[in-house]
Amino acid sequence: MSNGEVNLARRRFLIGATSVVGGAGVVGAAVPFLASWQPSAKAKALGAPVRADVSKLRPGEILGPLPEWRGKPIFVVKRTDAMLDQLEALEPMLADPGSARPSQQPSYAANRWRAREERKDLSVLIGICTHLGCSPKYYPEVGPQAFDGNWKGGYFCPCHGSKFDLSGRVYAGVPAPSNLEVPPYTFESDAIMLIGEDEESA
Amino acid sequence: MSDAKSSEKPGAVMAGVTQVVNWIDARMPLVETYEYHMSRYWAPKNFNMWYLFGVLSMVVLVNQLLTGIWLTMSYVPAGDKAFASVEYIMRDVEFGWLLRYLHSSGASAFFIVVYLHMFRGMMYGSYRKPRELIWLFGMAIFLVLMAEGFMGYLLPWGNMSYWGAQVIVSLVGAIPVVGADMMEWVRGDFLMSEITLNRFFALHVVALPIMLIMLVFLHIVALHHVGSNNPDGIDVKKHKDENGKPLDSIAFHPYYTIGHDLPAIVLFLIVFCSVVFFAPEMGGYFLEPPNFEQANPLKTPDHIAPVWYYTPFYAMLRAATYPLFGMDAKFWGFVVMVGAIALPAVLPWLDRSPVKSIRYKGAISKGMLAMFIVSFFLLGWLGTQAASPFYTLLAQVGTAGYFAYFVLMPWYTRVEKTKPVPERVPA
Repeated sequence: MSNGEVNLARRRFLIGATSVVGGAGVVGAAVPFLASWQPSAKAKALGAPVRADVSKLRPGEILGPLPEWRGKPIFVVKRTDAMLDQLEALEPMLADPGSARPSQQPSYAANRWRAREERKDLSVLIGICTHLGCSPKYYPEVGPQAFDGNWKGGYFCPCHGSKFDLSGRVYAGVPAPSNLEVPPYTFESDAIMLIGEDEESA
Repeated sequence: MSDAKSSEKPGAVMAGVTQVVNWIDARMPLVETYEYHMSRYWAPKNFNMWYLFGVLSMVVLVNQLLTGIWLTMSYVPAGDKAFASVEYIMRDVEFGWLLRYLHSSGASAFFIVVYLHMFRGMMYGSYRKPRELIWLFGMAIFLVLMAEGFMGYLLPWGNMSYWGAQVIVSLVGAIPVVGADMMEWVRGDFLMSEITLNRFFALHVVALPIMLIMLVFLHIVALHHVGSNNPDGIDVKKHKDENGKPLDSIAFHPYYTIGHDLPAIVLFLIVFCSVVFFAPEMGGYFLEPPNFEQANPLKTPDHIAPVWYYTPFYAMLRAATYPLFGMDAKFWGFVVMVGAIALPAVLPWLDRSPVKSIRYKGAISKGMLAMFIVSFFLLGWLGTQAASPFYTLLAQVGTAGYFAYFVLMPWYTRVEKTKPVPERVPA
C-alpha cells in the first residue's frame, strides 16, 4: 500500500458501491415499517356479508337501524312507483345517469334503478359519499329544500353539498365525482336480503 | 456570569458557581452559547408587539408538551375505551379537567399565535433574503402542527372526531390511480377504526412532537445566525460600533426577555387562563358539540365542520365544484387545498419588491395584503357554515382572492412605486 498516493478512481468506486448497498439496505428496512400500515388480518376478516329483513319495509321508507357492512352504513330503501317514475326525467341533471362506471355497481345494477330488475323498487346503496366519505342523508320528499329549491327526492350530503337521486346517481356540478356505490346483494327469500355477496361473487 | 468572574470580592457561593461554570465551560461551550443566543444576541431596537408571537408560540408549545404528557397517563387509545377515558379524565382524575382544557384550548391558542407570527413575517417581509430558510423551517413547523392538531382531534373518539378524520383521510383518495389504496394504507382498515386511532395516537404523542421540537430548534438556529428582521425591514447589520454590535440593536437578554416578552407572557396567560376557566369550548369553536357524543360510524353529524383553524383551507377544498381537464372536482378540491397550504412557502421567491416591509411598499401591495386578510377571514367563516350555493360562490371568490395575493405578487411588487428605506432605524 503506497502512502500519500490517493487512488481517486478506487475511492469513487468505493463511495458509489457503499451508497448503493446502503441505499438498498434503507429501502429494505423501510418495507416492514410501511407494510405494517396495511390493513391487518383482523381488519380483513371483518368483511363478512350481512342479512337484512325487508319484509316490514313500507314504500318510501329507509330500513332502520341502518345495516352495516364492512363497517359502512347501508341504505336499503323501498321506493314507491311515483319515485321510480320520475327517475327518467332527472337524467339531464345527472353526471352519470347510465351508471357507466363499473366500479360503482355490480353489472345487474347498471340501470336506471340501480337495482335488480326483478326487485327494482328496492335500492341498496353504501351510504358513504363518493366525495370525502361522509354519510349522506335521505330526503325522500319532493319539494323545496334549503340546499335545492327544486328538489325531487334523493340523498344530500351535509358535508360538502353533494346531491344524489333516489337511485344514488350523482347530480352534475357537485363535489362528488361518482354515483353512490351499490354493494353486491342478493335475495335469500322475498323477506331476507343478503348484502355483501351475490351469485356472481360467491 | 462573566460579571461573577470579574467582581472584586466574590462571596463563597459565587465562587462556587464560577467554579462549576468554569468546569462545564472547559467541557462544552456553555457561556459562549448563552451569550450567542441571549446576552449578546443583538435584536433590532424597533420591535413592536408583532414580535411577541414567536416567544408566545414557545410558551404554548411547552404547555402542550407538559399537559400532553400528563394526559397520556390517563388516556386509553382503544376504540371502546377512548371516549370513556376522556370522560374519566374530565370527571375522576384530580385536575384532569384542567389538564385537558389546557391542552385543548392550547391547540387553538397555538394556531392563533402561529397565524399572527406568520402574518408578521408577511407584513414586514421577514421571509426575504437572507431569511428564506427560517421561513421554510417555519412552514414545515406549520405543516407538522396541522398534522398534529388533526391527529390529536381524533383521539377523544367523539362523533366529530370520527367524521372529521374520515373526511380528511378521504382527501388522499382524490389522488389519481393510487388514491384508494393509499387511503386504506393510511387508515389500516376499510374505514376509520380503532386501528387508525392507535396509529394516530402514536404519531400524535411521539413522532410529530419530536419533529416539531427539531424543527423549532432549526428555526431558531437559522434565525440567530442571520439575525432578526424588524418592522422597517432595515438591515441593522450595516452600521456597527467598534465592537461589532449593530448600532440600532439591543441585547435580547435582558432588554427583550424581561422588558418586552415577560409582561406579554403574563398578559397572554391571563387571557389564556380566562378561556380555559370560563369558555373552554368557546361556543363550539374550540370543542365542537357533536364531539360530546361517541363516534358513530353509521351517522354523520348534521353539520360537519373542522375546528376553526382549518376552516379557511376547508372552505377552499369545498369551493372546487367543476371537473376540469378530465379530472373530477374532488381532485381539484384537493389540489386547491394543498396549493393554498403550500403556496406561502415560496413567498421569498414571489416577492420581487426592492423593500421588505409593508411600510415602504406601494399601494398595490397594501391593497393586496388587505384583500388577503379579508379573504382569509371570509373563508375561515365560510368553512364553519353548511354548504349552500351562495356560500359556495362566496368561497370561490375568497379562494380567488387568497391565490391572487400570491400568484400576482411577482408582478405587483415589481411595478409599484416604493418609498425609500432609511439607512438607520428612525428614532
